Amino acid sequence: MRADNLAPVEYREEAGAGMLRACAVACRRDLLVAFRHRQDIVNPLVFFVIVVSLFPLGVSPDLDFLREAGAGIIWVAALLAILLSLGNLFRNDYEDGTLEQWVLSPQPLFVLVLVRVLTNWMVAIVPLLLLVPVLGLMVHLPADLIGVLTLTLVLGTPVLILVGAIGAALTVSVRSSGVLLALIILPLYVPVLIFGTGAVAAAADNVPIVGHLAILGAMLALAITLAPLAIAAALRMSVASG
Amino acid sequence: MWQWFHKLGSPKWFFGFAGTLIPWLAVGALILLAIGLVWGLLFAPPDYQQGDSYRIIFIHVPSAYLAQSLYIAMAVAGAVGIIWRMKMADTFIAAAAPIGAALTFLALFTGAVWGKPTWGTWWVWDARLTSMLLLFFLYLGIIALRGAMDDRDSAARACAILALVGAVNIPIIKYSVDWWNTLHQPASIKLTEPPAMPAEMWMPLLVMGIAFHLLVGWLVLARMRNEIIERERRTRWLRDWLGSR
Amino acid sequence: MSEVLLEASSLYCERDDRVLFSQLNLQIRPGTLIRVAGPNGTGKTTLLRILAGLSSFYEGRLLWQGRPLWQVRESYLANLLFLGHRPAITPSLTPLENLAAFTGVRRRNTRAELLDALAAAGLEHFEDIPAHHLSAGQQRRIALARLYLSTAPLWILDEAFTAIDRDGVRALEALLRARVDAGGAVILTTHHELSLPGCEIITLGEDGL
Repeated sequence: MRADNLAPVEYREEAGAGMLRACAVACRRDLLVAFRHRQDIVNPLVFFVIVVSLFPLGVSPDLDFLREAGAGIIWVAALLAILLSLGNLFRNDYEDGTLEQWVLSPQPLFVLVLVRVLTNWMVAIVPLLLLVPVLGLMVHLPADLIGVLTLTLVLGTPVLILVGAIGAALTVSVRSSGVLLALIILPLYVPVLIFGTGAVAAAADNVPIVGHLAILGAMLALAITLAPLAIAAALRMSVASG
Repeated sequence: MWQWFHKLGSPKWFFGFAGTLIPWLAVGALILLAIGLVWGLLFAPPDYQQGDSYRIIFIHVPSAYLAQSLYIAMAVAGAVGIIWRMKMADTFIAAAAPIGAALTFLALFTGAVWGKPTWGTWWVWDARLTSMLLLFFLYLGIIALRGAMDDRDSAARACAILALVGAVNIPIIKYSVDWWNTLHQPASIKLTEPPAMPAEMWMPLLVMGIAFHLLVGWLVLARMRNEIIERERRTRWLRDWLGSR
Repeated sequence: MSEVLLEASSLYCERDDRVLFSQLNLQIRPGTLIRVAGPNGTGKTTLLRILAGLSSFYEGRLLWQGRPLWQVRESYLANLLFLGHRPAITPSLTPLENLAAFTGVRRRNTRAELLDALAAAGLEHFEDIPAHHLSAGQQRRIALARLYLSTAPLWILDEAFTAIDRDGVRALEALLRARVDAGGAVILTTHHELSLPGCEIITLGEDGL
């Protein structure tokens, strides 16, 4: 037993090193959990592919339509797949009490939150991005547009997941929160969707897309600085009510 | 200033304050609404392009304007509620959200009705209408979140956070929708802002604008009082007040 | 050693239109053990959650070493170990991974220390079995293993002994006694009969209203 010194401490270790180690531990733990629940990663991917394939079936398999609408279809499907995966972002940790211990850890909550969200992006979204070229071919997008589409998704999906995590944190204590989460979050997704698909449309018209990418990058910078604070506040609120 | 701020945070003081303010707001709102409507609908001259159909702006413009400013007010209240833990700020968000949603719906509805004679169709993916629609969704999100949470204090905190997040997003949404709109349909018809509105037109519009402010103030304060009654129903001062009625 | 660690003065809390407690005063000093007692629904858990800083829906003052809690929150949390109803055990991780994830966010521990703590909590030979294959009592023991690693001067334990068998409870009593003798402070709720000499008891629900 280590009851060596029980005098209160000011702060146990210098913040920098401790915080880095905490981030590494939290990241490792999230990756382990994701690895043990592989099916939870695969399901949104299957959903993504199914939604994209519904459009040729439901609207028209016509080449011109698909070429025109393809980028938008893939963007909307990716957005819905992310929305679907957000439900699990904090839910299990809320129910088993891990979030309580997060709130009570001496490390800043928003840092832990940022680690969780970025790990989730790596685990859940990167495979989805790998599918995009295949789906792009299925909707007959030219190769260069597929590249642009993937680039916009690389910049846009972290924003979607950061903003979505705010909603997930707000509704984590609500039973059956799926529709509520969608209602709260989808309006906030509109700007990302507009500039993501706008870049592809501009590239199709041979217009420079640097401006679009810059705006998407600006949204990412804004989301990565502000969203963790909002997520942390929302988690504190959810934990306090539980 | 701080003393006044502090008073504002006390449910008891606010309840009385709202009680004295409400009759004035109500009377003012009703009188100005009557004046504005009669003036705008009957006496203002018809528009040289749109004829009589433009008269819907006397409802459309004030409701659209207030729908937007009410959301910003909710976000400010959310910040105050989070920073200073002020109960009245939470009450304000609870009271204002349904009214804001109703105003947004009114603006959308009148916009659609106006669109029929002007554009020949009920709905156009015009930048203003689209951002109004998104604002409507933002309001509905706040109402839904509030309804879904059992605990009142957590619901208030959650709505405050969401209102703040929404307020950060509103300029981004508005800008992106404007940009998207110019891309897809080069500016054809602008809804409002005819080149120079003659005084006979903007005067009744101004009256209606003031009337809507008073009306919204009245409704919000009345709803806040109801909210206070529900929250504080076990306190002595409120039971005394209820007993004296 | 009689300096007050955590002090609560005139705490007032209501939940769902019911006053749980009002004018509640409490001082936690090093080397003391406080047990919060009372029937179900009298706010034992709520009180402990407020003391831990989890809930902000209360009125009154909380002081950590004489300073308002919200000003010194980080240093307070570095000195606190809270175990709640919900054990914060991830079912898909093994006891070792669970413990490493918990302590790693707080301080550096070697693998040997983690294994020792798990063995002390009675989980020897179970270190590498995913927690969802373990019994409820064993899962609770993973949470309790944190106690053996903790150097925090204040423990807040909310029903931490649920589903623990008699031998386990005896071991915990010994741990708590040693802890208090070494100058640690503990505040807990439990439905178990604990034989802990010198334990202060605060009863909620009698003079609560």
